[in-house]
Amino acid sequence: MTAAVLNGVPNGIASSSSSSSKLASYLSDETRFASIDKILDRKGPWTDERFEGGQGTKDFLRTQSKILVIGAGGLGCEILQNLALTGFNDIHVIDMDTIDISNLNRQFLFREVDVGKSKALVAAEFVMNRVPGVKVTPYHGKIQDHPISFYEQFNIVVAGLDSISARRWINATLVQMAQEDEEQLKPLIDGGTEGFKGQARVILPTVTSCYECSIDMLTPPTAFPICTIANTPRLPEHCIEWASVLEWPKVHKDKKLDTDDPDHIEWLYQQASARAAQFKIEGVTWALTQGVVKNIIPAIASTNAIIAASCCNEALKIATACAPYLNNYMMYVGNDSVYTYTFEHEKRPECPVCGGESLTAEAGRYWTLERFIESLTNRQDLQISKPSLSYSKGALFWPSPPDVFEATKPNLDKLLSDLLDEEEGIVVTDPALPVSVNLSIKYVDAEEPAQ
Amino acid sequence: MIKLWSVKKDEEAANKKKPRMTAAQLRVQKDLTELELPSTMTTHFPDPADVLNFTLTITPDEGIYKGGVFKFTFVISGGYPHEPPKVRCTQKVYHPNLDLEGNVCLNILREDWKPVLNLSSVMIGIQYLFLEPNPDDPLNKEAAEDLRRNREGFIRNVQNSMKGGTVKGETFDRVLK
Repeated sequence: MTAAVLNGVPNGIASSSSSSSKLASYLSDETRFASIDKILDRKGPWTDERFEGGQGTKDFLRTQSKILVIGAGGLGCEILQNLALTGFNDIHVIDMDTIDISNLNRQFLFREVDVGKSKALVAAEFVMNRVPGVKVTPYHGKIQDHPISFYEQFNIVVAGLDSISARRWINATLVQMAQEDEEQLKPLIDGGTEGFKGQARVILPTVTSCYECSIDMLTPPTAFPICTIANTPRLPEHCIEWASVLEWPKVHKDKKLDTDDPDHIEWLYQQASARAAQFKIEGVTWALTQGVVKNIIPAIASTNAIIAASCCNEALKIATACAPYLNNYMMYVGNDSVYTYTFEHEKRPECPVCGGESLTAEAGRYWTLERFIESLTNRQDLQISKPSLSYSKGALFWPSPPDVFEATKPNLDKLLSDLLDEEEGIVVTDPALPVSVNLSIKYVDAEEPAQ
Repeated sequence: MIKLWSVKKDEEAANKKKPRMTAAQLRVQKDLTELELPSTMTTHFPDPADVLNFTLTITPDEGIYKGGVFKFTFVISGGYPHEPPKVRCTQKVYHPNLDLEGNVCLNILREDWKPVLNLSSVMIGIQYLFLEPNPDDPLNKEAAEDLRRNREGFIRNVQNSMKGGTVKGETFDRVLK
């Protein structure tokens, strides 16, 4: 396990007392990256034909490239370590979490004194301290709080996330960026682990299948039938779900359950224990209660190390073209053996993020929305009859359900140019379309205002 | 770095503008605008600009619950359709598959939810509960017991409860038209 290399108290070269001359000689030591240089100086049998190698490639990796790591947790710690040691020099890391004592067994950039501090900040500090010369810029917060322009500065994005919603967000953001400007195509390397299983994938937004394309491969969240929970519990989990799903809202009314609040977990634990005793069920513990309500899956350090290593390998290969990169999905199963399977996950044509068509619709500036919709329904290449249109502010015109129809009907008589500017896109859905069509309006002003 | 955009096959990219819409919103747009509800069901959007929160009113035209007007709130999260919508009944109804807090026992709202299902499947599923109350998956155990043991008595209890009456010490909301 690579994690062992860095274990122990931080005493990196940069922090030792007689450091400055030692640091300078270390940084100027040309053999520092000797093992990486071996693959950057010459071609191998499968090297990409566009590989140039040599100083230019090394300079790009070590001085020009900017890489973003999303998540500084189990995977993130490994990823940061690997990238820094590989020679990436301008690393940015973002994480909204703070360090919990239960992280310390595997998130090796953190120590007991760090509990409660920002993961991103502590991780950045630790890596910079341990790997001289590397610059790690931390952001404590949510990825959703940064504008698109923030993501434009990076060459590669590596994600070590534990949340589906965060993955869907960054995926959709990067796909949108690539759709609008192909120079803004940022590879997304997504790692994920769940106990002994993991996956690493390379997503080239708009080129390969995206995260949303594979959303139906996700294991559904464990849910028990509500009537079992209510009447015939057989497992400790049933008792805990009863406490959190049925009893909490009943007793606390509108007060929201905060699964990070130990007092709330304690209350659930007491309720679940009482119910378990009543039904003679064993096994309700405080830890299980927390595990069930927070949907915690045990994290395995070695799985994280393997998946992070694969992700960082891909980052190096994409940044330097020294070897073909993963096409495009590697799954790892470590339950019974060390099994991996790599395949090309295909793009889903009806994917709501990267699928669907993009079309340009010509219109006159003085057309009403109604006339514009009529022009859409007349298009041979669309074959739609009852389209619903949305724009950045929400529904533009929906023929149903009735309330939304009533609310958007007044838009039909408005002028297109009053509703939209040329920069603005429209999403069209229709029963005849598998998903949606993205339209951008091109004004061809042949006509004068209607009388 | 590999010139990734050279990997791109089709070159006609440019000027593809897309409003910032999440996959969840897009899917809700598709689900809602393509709903084909029977006359027994209507939706109501308190704020038509917020399509992720709405109510569904069911007025069964046959079966034991005929004559009642039943209201459910739908809350759709950003995780949709990976996660099911959250549905609750806003009234206190005597029904084997509804508890007194408004929780609904319908398999596709929890353990059997799949992203291929949509809002229409959920609405049809809820309506079905009023046509065929299911005593085998009870949330209100007493109502389920009544239905199983004595269907006639159960029907009387339903009629009584829908008028705002009391069944076994529990007073229910008046839900008649």
